[in-house]
Amino acid sequence: MVQQSIGERVLRKEDLRFITGKGSYTDDINLPGQAYACFVRSPVAHAIIKGMDISTATAADGVIAVLTGEQVAEDGLGSLPCGWMVHSKDGSEMKQPFHPVMAADKINYVGEPVAIVVAETFLAAKNASELVEIDYEEIDAVVDISSAQSAADIYPEVPGNTVYNWELGEKADTEKAIREAAHVTRISLTNNRLIPNAIEPRAAIADYNTGTQDLTLYTTSQNPGLARLILTAFVQIAPEHKLRIIAPDVGGGFGSKIFVYSEETALAWASKKLGIPIKWTAERSESFVADAHGRDHVTEVELAMDEEGHFLGLHVKTIANMGAYLSTFSAAVPTYLYGTLLAGQYKTPNIYVEVDAVVTNTAPVDAYRGAGRPEAAYLLERIVEVAAREMNLDPVEIRRRNFIAPSDFPYQTPVALEYDSGDYEASLNKALEMADYDGFSERKKEAASRGKKRGIGFSCYIEACGLAPSQLAGSLGAGVGLWESGEVRVNATGTVTVLTGSQSTGQGHETTFAQLVASKFGISIDDVEVIHGDTGKLDFGMGTYGSRSLVVGGSALSKAADKVIAKGKKIAAHMLDSDVEDIDFEDGEFRVRKSNQSKTFQEIAFAAYVPHDYPLEELEPGLSEKAFYDPANFTYPAGTHICEVEIDPDTGVVDIIKFTAVDDFGIIINPMIVEGQVHGGIAQGIGQALLEQCIYDETGQLLTGSYMDYCMPRADDLPSFEVGMTCTPCTHNPIGAKGCGEAGAIGSPPAVINAITDALGIMEMDMPATSERVWRAMQQAGGA
Amino acid sequence: MYEFTYHKPQTIKDAISLFAKADDGIYLAGGHTLIPAMKVRLRAPTDVIDLSALDGLSGIHEESGALVIGALTTHDAVATSEVVARAIPALNKLAAGIGDAQVRNRGTIGGSVANNDPAADYPAGLMALDATIRTDRREISVDDFFTAMFETALEEDELIRSVSFPIVESATYIKFPSPASRYATVGVFISRQGGQVRVAITGAAACVFRCTEMETALSNNFAEDALDSIQLNADDMNGDMHASAEYRAHLCVVMAKRAVASLL
Ligand SMILES: Cc1cc2nc3c(=O)[nH]c(=O)nc-3n(C[C@H](O)[C@H](O)[C@H](O)COP(=O)(O)OP(=O)(O)OC[C@H]3O[C@@H](n4cnc5c(N)ncnc54)[C@H](O)[C@@H]3O)c2cc1C
Repeated sequence: MVQQSIGERVLRKEDLRFITGKGSYTDDINLPGQAYACFVRSPVAHAIIKGMDISTATAADGVIAVLTGEQVAEDGLGSLPCGWMVHSKDGSEMKQPFHPVMAADKINYVGEPVAIVVAETFLAAKNASELVEIDYEEIDAVVDISSAQSAADIYPEVPGNTVYNWELGEKADTEKAIREAAHVTRISLTNNRLIPNAIEPRAAIADYNTGTQDLTLYTTSQNPGLARLILTAFVQIAPEHKLRIIAPDVGGGFGSKIFVYSEETALAWASKKLGIPIKWTAERSESFVADAHGRDHVTEVELAMDEEGHFLGLHVKTIANMGAYLSTFSAAVPTYLYGTLLAGQYKTPNIYVEVDAVVTNTAPVDAYRGAGRPEAAYLLERIVEVAAREMNLDPVEIRRRNFIAPSDFPYQTPVALEYDSGDYEASLNKALEMADYDGFSERKKEAASRGKKRGIGFSCYIEACGLAPSQLAGSLGAGVGLWESGEVRVNATGTVTVLTGSQSTGQGHETTFAQLVASKFGISIDDVEVIHGDTGKLDFGMGTYGSRSLVVGGSALSKAADKVIAKGKKIAAHMLDSDVEDIDFEDGEFRVRKSNQSKTFQEIAFAAYVPHDYPLEELEPGLSEKAFYDPANFTYPAGTHICEVEIDPDTGVVDIIKFTAVDDFGIIINPMIVEGQVHGGIAQGIGQALLEQCIYDETGQLLTGSYMDYCMPRADDLPSFEVGMTCTPCTHNPIGAKGCGEAGAIGSPPAVINAITDALGIMEMDMPATSERVWRAMQQAGGA
Repeated sequence: MYEFTYHKPQTIKDAISLFAKADDGIYLAGGHTLIPAMKVRLRAPTDVIDLSALDGLSGIHEESGALVIGALTTHDAVATSEVVARAIPALNKLAAGIGDAQVRNRGTIGGSVANNDPAADYPAGLMALDATIRTDRREISVDDFFTAMFETALEEDELIRSVSFPIVESATYIKFPSPASRYATVGVFISRQGGQVRVAITGAAACVFRCTEMETALSNNFAEDALDSIQLNADDMNGDMHASAEYRAHLCVVMAKRAVASLL
């Protein structure tokens, strides 16, 4: 039998099809009679649409129709909604600009769709898209976040370009702590704007059947169930029972495929209007301008300490860029996924955070791997490092002094969250050992003898995963519940079909979930098939983001599997002529306690569907169970990342020599998959720290619109990572898992920047730490 | 990409006459500059004339003190060529540092030279090695060839057949790649022959150039510290979001010193 238990490095079931080209992505799907769409996008960032002439485009070869934002408005399609309502300090609701599916009268960012050309071929659609004539009257663009609040209003409904000013924590107490402290460390920093760059660009096919009036939308989604709810309840594209969303294989998302965008919405609307299937696949240059971007904060932080470096108060003031519209999750990212994380791993008694969210004439900004938590971890781990230097404390020692101790759990932070479990010293100690911290000063000397500046940097991050307890989320403004659904169908021959509302974008759900269920039943993972990504097959589900798949989706499956076992016991009791209380289930067998009488899992499954010897009076036939799981709390993965760099003083080039990550993800199902997640996350985090930067010029043109200019991390930019684990199980979900999908991207950026500032003996360095930035910092610090 | 007509001529003569007949013809070699530009619709030729079937445009050989590389020779063929390694190993290194494996398997020396991208690697090699560009109709000295950003002395329909590099005593190429595109932010090629030093710099300015200050300094004293006092004028350099003019000017000297050090 194939390995099956929890904790084993089972090879991924899905990889055979992925690496042999047998995957089926949205663009691989072609429907009979399908037409192709090309979007006409605004070349300017801020303008009034004075006029539009579609006559030449409509008459062009192969064109079926040209549909415009004006027609969208005429048809009364709703605003693309933001799923979270955040309230300002004064209790008022956040200010939301209307987010049209396609712009009708005003443009608010470069790349905003204004029309859709539907044609017999993609080439015809694309050619005709150039024939749509639009008269734009340009307005000065608002691009810079620091000055956005004093710039002219982009929308009358968003005065001061400010969506909300939100706060969390005790202001007066925190200010008092800062006033009275022995020492206060102050820094300002930016969290650089990133472009997600999933390997598979977004794509969709909308197929409206005029006979049945069913609308099927194939799309690159991380959450088909949520997408259906939004398209039904908010945009009102089709009634929920007539709308089916299929997300086939999805090639990466990192958040960018959570959201419901203009394109698939416009496609669904156009297919319904024209009565034909319509396909669209983003070109890479469209992905750059039209996928929601990530991060983009400017922040000022103050940390108050006593003489020994104990943290007394943390004060954070952030301006967060929302871009031109509030994308699906955007409002929650710099608030509930950010401010709530500012305790970190530390017992800071007073914390106050204030966030102004602003609109600008740039692409919408939303959740991107980590979503708010990387921004929180970055500022906290940066200021702790600077504080250590100002206090003449070892950066490790200052952290130890302030850690929440294992005996403090459950720990209530001053910023709303209650941590259930953790052992921060354990991860730190293991990381120090793996990174050989004791040998660092020798290595620094040796590097100096080669003319290199060597530095070491730490990051003891925490995050909140497993989104989310629905009632808590609801009280914070979430528009939806955040449970997950799961179904375990045992087939008559004892194989199992598992259905989950979680949606893989490459994480390996088909393996992890199979392993989870197989180990519950004591069967081979080859006998378990995982199905996801089709609202026509599944119960309503909430999808994958916030490292929630295993924690929430897996817990639902675990509950469903428990129900199967409970029913199996009743069947076994009948067949073995015993009391249910006396039946144990272990290693795939239902056994009468203290006897050698047993039935295999497969025998019970067969009996359930061929109920000849079966308690039909008390029990329905069949062996298929469902569960919905709503988490009791968030989960709190945490760990220590240590980065060691060498800097070339002549060029400023930063070379990451060693990167150590020790994480506590609670119980791990498949360490190989988890390590893969950590590796990918660290690669993205190092990308943010050293290479990636989305740049708009002052007119709102995207300068980094291709890989010539937007620098993605590549294998040769990265060292071989040293990854270790510690484990304190989550106390409130049935698996004990905490989630691992984002930790790498959350923990790594501050470790990298702290290592660079350590190497150079400086306090400040913005991301990305390009060679020129580092070179200039060295010039400023008095030459190399 | 717009629609276009594809041609695959068998002779140079046919290629040139196809070019003459086309509304807006263009030659296609490895396609690794042309095709991306066509895909994003920055180029819209009516006729694409594929050179791959033409005889005698690829291959590498030595010819009376010179290394001759056919225009259609791929970067990978140059990078891995033993003939190149015996004659001018610096060109192995240069070609091995272009793009990635996919690019090197398709991209050609002729395409790179004809394109004259200000950040391309080959132009520095040609310039520092005093190469001659052989076309279907003439030979052009490199000092006359690279005229301006993306411009050369080639006539519209002129075809590069090969590039001839005089074999020198020693040479090397040091590149500071742009982390995003991996083209040269700055690339410095230095060659030595009979006390003469030629230094060519790519990536730094609008067009590859010979750095006469460095040449003079190094001809007098071929040592790293001969470059200590050299400061290139940032006003002559490119500045963009990846590297300011000032930083590029600084990198030119750093890379030149490294090149010198590796030749000592
Ligand atoms: C991802 C990527 C990374 C790259 N990185 C680098 C790099 O690091 N360094 C670098 O130097 N380059 C780099 N390049 C460019 C690459 O080297 C190109 O292959 C090269 O510049 C053009 O050669 P080609 O054979 O592909 O030419 P093509 O794209 O086919 O043609 C380019 C131009 O040259 C003309 N042309 C081609 N052959 C001839 C000829 N024999 N006579 C006259 N005209 C001709 C064509 O008409 C066209 O105008 C990169 C390209 C890509 C796509």
